Amino acid sequence: MPVCSDMLRFLACGSVDDGKSTLIGHLIHLTGNLPDDQLHVLEAESSRIGTTGGALDYSLLLDGLMAEREQGITIDVAYRYFETPRRKFIVADTPGHESYTRNMATGASHCTAALILVDACQGVLPQTRRHVLICALMGIRNLLFAVNKMDQADWDEARFRRIEQECHRMAGAAGLLANSRCDLLAVPVSALQGDNLTALSDRMPWYGGATVLEWLESCTAEEAAADAPFRLPVQYVLKGSNDGRGCQHDGERWPAGCDGRATWRSYAGSVVSGRVRVGDRIVILPSGVETTVERLLIGDRDADSAETGMAVSLVLGGEHDIVRGDCLAHPADRPEQAGLFKVRLVWMDQQPLYAGRRYLFRSVFGTIEARISRIRDRVGLDAYQLLAADRLAQNDIGEVELSLARLFPFDPYSENRETGAFILLDRVSNATVACGMIQHPLRRGSNIHWQREDLTRELRAGLNGQKPCVIWLTGLSGSGKSTLANCLERMLHDMGHHTMLLDGDNVRHGLNRDLGFTEADRIENIRRIGEVAKLMTDAGLIVITAFISPFRADRDMVRALLTDGEFIEVHIATSLEACEARDPKGLYRKARKGEIPNFTGVNAPYEEPLTPELRLDTASRSVRDCAEDIMSLLRQDGFV
Amino acid sequence: MSRVTALTQLENESIRIIREAVAEAERPVMLYSIGKDSSVMLHLALKAFYPLKPPFPLLHVDTTWKFKEMIHFRNETVRRLGLELITHTNPDGLRDGISPLIHGSRLYTDIMKTDALKQALNEHRFDMVFGGARRDEEKSRAKERVFSFRDAGHRWEPRGQRPELWDIPNLRRNRGESFRVFPLSNWTELDVWRYIDQESIPVVPLYFSAERPIVERGGQLIMLDDERLELEPGEQPQLRRIRFRTLGCYPLTAGVESAASSVAEIIAELETVCTSERCGRLIDFDQAGSMEKKKQEGYF
Repeated sequence: MPVCSDMLRFLACGSVDDGKSTLIGHLIHLTGNLPDDQLHVLEAESSRIGTTGGALDYSLLLDGLMAEREQGITIDVAYRYFETPRRKFIVADTPGHESYTRNMATGASHCTAALILVDACQGVLPQTRRHVLICALMGIRNLLFAVNKMDQADWDEARFRRIEQECHRMAGAAGLLANSRCDLLAVPVSALQGDNLTALSDRMPWYGGATVLEWLESCTAEEAAADAPFRLPVQYVLKGSNDGRGCQHDGERWPAGCDGRATWRSYAGSVVSGRVRVGDRIVILPSGVETTVERLLIGDRDADSAETGMAVSLVLGGEHDIVRGDCLAHPADRPEQAGLFKVRLVWMDQQPLYAGRRYLFRSVFGTIEARISRIRDRVGLDAYQLLAADRLAQNDIGEVELSLARLFPFDPYSENRETGAFILLDRVSNATVACGMIQHPLRRGSNIHWQREDLTRELRAGLNGQKPCVIWLTGLSGSGKSTLANCLERMLHDMGHHTMLLDGDNVRHGLNRDLGFTEADRIENIRRIGEVAKLMTDAGLIVITAFISPFRADRDMVRALLTDGEFIEVHIATSLEACEARDPKGLYRKARKGEIPNFTGVNAPYEEPLTPELRLDTASRSVRDCAEDIMSLLRQDGFV
Repeated sequence: MSRVTALTQLENESIRIIREAVAEAERPVMLYSIGKDSSVMLHLALKAFYPLKPPFPLLHVDTTWKFKEMIHFRNETVRRLGLELITHTNPDGLRDGISPLIHGSRLYTDIMKTDALKQALNEHRFDMVFGGARRDEEKSRAKERVFSFRDAGHRWEPRGQRPELWDIPNLRRNRGESFRVFPLSNWTELDVWRYIDQESIPVVPLYFSAERPIVERGGQLIMLDDERLELEPGEQPQLRRIRFRTLGCYPLTAGVESAASSVAEIIAELETVCTSERCGRLIDFDQAGSMEKKKQEGYF
């Protein structure tokens, strides 16, 4: 059942300076939605700080941040509201500048239609292509291309037709990739002078199609979600108990709405797709338990059924352990659960994405640990072709393999915008580093079972009379890692322990000789060392490693590979000055002369461990004393 | 074909926002400013947790300069609904006798509103704070997220807001950091009144037209709510039929001449009116980029 709404959410997007804010501002004025006092302020500001030579500078209506007005650009989404007799509109005026793509994506994720500005004089620009791609991937099917600044292009039809054709090609290619068909229209306009915004312009008699406003008033805000299977992510469990005297435990009166029940328990959430009725059989995921909807409340009223978008609470039959994040669905039409997916990402973080890194995955079904296991490709902007890639830089759009810590319910994004969408969060900074859309699950995860080994790691280690662990020494070049590692290994060996030392000499020349010093290679270097160290702990060994390993995320990656408690991070906190004064291999001298790029401490950063198991400064103490400190930690934690 | 009205959509989205914030909060609170937006927000919260009561207290930052009718309405509402109310007044400001009439609106707002709010939030360590602000009120508010991150000093960083994708907010925060949550972000003034009409939500009578004692000052109609407002030379108190479109502190909130004395009449008036809502809020105009600066410092 298509839901026709009397409210349309659309975004204005396109490259910087293509006139988005001007068009929206002018549209608001022409539809009679600009109050007199705001008009007076606008007139005064236009002549004072406007960029239109005395004419009204409509962009000032939307660029509400001081920095935006100073720089004359849009930094973040502005939301404006206006209505015509036909419809209400919520418009997200989004920034065109590449640096603020994340804010454009923020706007797009809430919209069902997009108004894409193209400068008639400049044609389609790379950022226009990026925005069209993001709109298509996010499932926006209604695209209006407003070919703007026709006043500066002599109202030239041929020029408009060329751009119109390119828009069709672009939308076609983007739709193909997104597996959806876009409905599109191109309209020649002058946002500044108002041509073809609300009335057909007599300066372009060759155009007889819809005006911008006609298109906005008539485009279908049809939401596929209403036809999709029923999904309800439990948002909040409402529970309370009556002490029998009509009072809640805190002395409040027991609410009348609870019908005198001794306890109240209902599950609150929004129907994100489909519909649900009283009496429906439903399944709870991930547990798989089935039950029946006994009562359905919309706000404070009982209802027989609820449609997509309704915020409801359900009373279910029987007693079940249902928590926030659980998915309610019909048993015959339940979402799949998987732990390995192919997904599309819009990468938003300044730090590029490399395979192997761990993040938090968050969807309507909750938050869980995730790892990017492989980067498949990056989408090129010229023709939306898939290009081989080993990383995604900020604002890149690409396809990657993502694995989760456990099976998780989902629907492909093309079938459900709510249950197929997710964001990735950095575990330390809490920043949102990407938004993503699930394409499909990958079966490989469930087909490869770990080889069952009869002999366990505990048995092997037991034979050695020790508990395996990895002593990970990290610090600047020249801080004394290798010296300390050798001394420590000697001491352990002398006590009869089985050990292995990994350092640059035995790793870089063999296992990792194919790796260079780019960021991607450095991460891969650490990942391999981590995997080798893990195998060695499985063999029951005490492993000592001595690598600069400057990045926190990489060390955390190794920590996550190993069994809890087996990763002992030791920060050799010798100061840069002390290391540089020692300079045993003359590397600092070379780096200072600019002969070594990306040298940690000189022209590349070292991220100190925030909470290492041990921190040592070798400058003030003997190597032996430092090694003793590590030994006492090992004894204390029962490793030796 | 079923038709979902805009008002129903807005209502459902707001309830979803309120539930999400509470589910992720350790110590949620609702800023209750007594105005029409607070009334609507509270009504939505009652629905969101029905039949139980909302699992958070209301917080009112009392500047001591609110209209008397507002305080009466606040106490009546809390009593009727059986909710917990925390009120806070900045003790330093009270001691120093900070007044909008003597110290100017800017200093007064800093001390009695922004500082007072921060004191209350710190004291109770609230980490998820609901506010009734709407994006259509003011240009810098139009830029703010629904779930708006605040650092440990309660500051807003307008240039570095977290992306807000779909309905999957990123509410992770470290100790001391918090979120301001605006469930009514996408409502307009008209939506608010249409919803008040639809749901028969009680509001402060000052919104309805009545004969009230006023003086004209700087082109604005200032109501004489108590004896603290001293008349300037040449000012004549007079009775005029006025109402308020927004309610703040009385010397800083001007009335408008209007005959609208019911919700239906207010809606009819707004559908034809040619001025915007906050033009009666004097604090919005006390410096350039006024609201953005206040918000950066922690104002709502």
